[in-house]
Amino acid sequence: MDTLAQLASGFAVALTPVNLMWCLVGVTVGTAIGVLPGVGPALTIALLLPLTYKVDATSAFILFAGIYYGAMYGGSTTSILMNTPGETATIVTSLEGNKMARRGRAGAALATAAIGSFVAGTIGTIGVTFLAEPVVNFALRFGPAEFFSLMVLAFVTVSAVLGNSAVRGLTSLAVGIFLGLIGIDLQTGQPRFTFGLTELLDGINVVVVAVGLFAVGETLYLACFRQQRPGSGDVMAVADSLWMTREDWARSWKAWLRGALIGFPIGAMPAGGAEVPTFLSYFIEKRLSVKPEEFGHGAIEGVAGPEAANNASTAGVLVPMLALGLPTSATAAIMLSAFQSYGINPGPTLLTQQSSLVWGLIASMYIGNVMLLVLNLPLVGLWVKMLKTPEPLLYAGILVFATIGTYGISQSPVDLVLLYVMGLMGLCMRIFDFPSAPVIIGMILGPLAEQEFRRALQISQGDLLIFLQKPLSLALLLVAAAAVLGPAAWRVARGGREAR
Amino acid sequence: MTRSDTGKGPAWGDTGVGLAVLVLAGVVGSQTLLIPHNSLYAQVGPTLIPWLAAALLAVLGALLTWRGLRGGWEHEEHGVLDAWGLCWLLTGLVLNLALIGTAGFIIASTALFVATATAFGSRSTLRDAGIGFALALIAYVGFDRLLGYKIGPGLIEGLIERLL
Repeated sequence: MDTLAQLASGFAVALTPVNLMWCLVGVTVGTAIGVLPGVGPALTIALLLPLTYKVDATSAFILFAGIYYGAMYGGSTTSILMNTPGETATIVTSLEGNKMARRGRAGAALATAAIGSFVAGTIGTIGVTFLAEPVVNFALRFGPAEFFSLMVLAFVTVSAVLGNSAVRGLTSLAVGIFLGLIGIDLQTGQPRFTFGLTELLDGINVVVVAVGLFAVGETLYLACFRQQRPGSGDVMAVADSLWMTREDWARSWKAWLRGALIGFPIGAMPAGGAEVPTFLSYFIEKRLSVKPEEFGHGAIEGVAGPEAANNASTAGVLVPMLALGLPTSATAAIMLSAFQSYGINPGPTLLTQQSSLVWGLIASMYIGNVMLLVLNLPLVGLWVKMLKTPEPLLYAGILVFATIGTYGISQSPVDLVLLYVMGLMGLCMRIFDFPSAPVIIGMILGPLAEQEFRRALQISQGDLLIFLQKPLSLALLLVAAAAVLGPAAWRVARGGREAR
Repeated sequence: MTRSDTGKGPAWGDTGVGLAVLVLAGVVGSQTLLIPHNSLYAQVGPTLIPWLAAALLAVLGALLTWRGLRGGWEHEEHGVLDAWGLCWLLTGLVLNLALIGTAGFIIASTALFVATATAFGSRSTLRDAGIGFALALIAYVGFDRLLGYKIGPGLIEGLIERLL
């Protein structure tokens, strides 16, 4: 069927009062958690996963997606007014945005961030609309070997390429894969790594790991090194008008479009991630700016471009997630686990088998972006109030919700202990600079990769060469190998000593 | 704010992390030996990926240890440890674990809330207790009653049960 007709049917799903309500709840909660430092979309969606027992799948995904892209809007408010990024993807925004706020131009910075997010979010959604089907048609030709190799590529890019260090990123990933292996092996019924605990037979719940790493770990870290963060709690006032001047518009609109065009494709690649496109957009805007001397002192392009880029890349991440079942961010990985709790098979068949879910979700993103524009600009005063939540109460509250999210689904003290163990691990990872997202991605995607791996070997009757004999699979593995070994080989070739 | 690795003495923290990863590799490997082997699935059995995971962890652990011994890797300067804050927070977590099964979620959460707020420098214990109790109550009603979580019985929870 024609894409536009599909999209129209999606709007019919998204515009029902119930789904409009979930969309509004999602984008509102998303903005709120984006504003609050220390709470991110991955954590929030993990806490809300039990909703999947009560709400139908379409509504749940409209809610989760709303939280995901809503958090990007909210994160910019914190970056601009507080110089503490609300989300990692909005680090760059604080570079120029906070400087603008210090010069009394907070209103213009917030406006260009929100309108840019809207423009780019909408462009990104258009991208998802027209890209999902071609990607699915391509992927339908994949066999287990190709899928396994694609997952290997995703593993490598999310852990080894995007972070500071390939070794530490891969270590996080390997720990995640190990956590994903715990429990009964679905193909043979053998228990693995249960250490004699019946609680572990069903595996470790991803909620426990996500909440432990993101909430307990981060809180422990902040409590340990509390005094060393200068200027936290320092919220700038919005002194000027939210209406941008003619010059602001002239300098913003191209940056929005460029940011969207950088963000979406990078988000849609199996590598994913919102950090790379925001940095890329920042440097491009700096090069192209008519007033490059303003960079570092509050240049509006430096807010407009990166904000557009992170929203477009968030939409982009949904392409591999919906079309291939391939999560490339911690949030997408947790959304994927929500599919599993509905018994829905993510992957290329999703678009045909759950077409009203997918198209309803995509349509809801057009609506949600409009809602976010309204929520963020006129209601900015409300979010500023939220930003002023005292730190002790904020983190105490986060831990209470972390307890509900884990103990409340199982009533098992074992889960609570596991939550704390994960928190301590998160603390160590934070101190020694290990990325946490690969743990979640490894845990969710690891078992799926194992399944494809074993399927492929069953087809080839145990011949490992099958991964190299299929051309596409070979190509994907070569790209993955180049991504891991390339930088190291390059250093050796240049004869340079390791500079990390 | 990064530490340069020009000083070539071992960085013991980093080395310790490397060794911990090696220990984990050992645990994964030894536990993989315990997975029963079923000849029916010998080619693609349930142990292949665990072996690969153990091997990957061993290689990475060795690399990290090696780097640790050679001066460690760059990471953010974290400053001085606030031992007092950490103690309060850990106390809160332990209290929560100890109380949640007996006194119930609301009391346990209030204790956790007060201890955490203290860890973050709050000195108004009574106010924190009040806010913590109210938050736990709202959270209990919201999650247990409306969202269908099963938070379990407790002292205050029993009172609410009787009131409703």
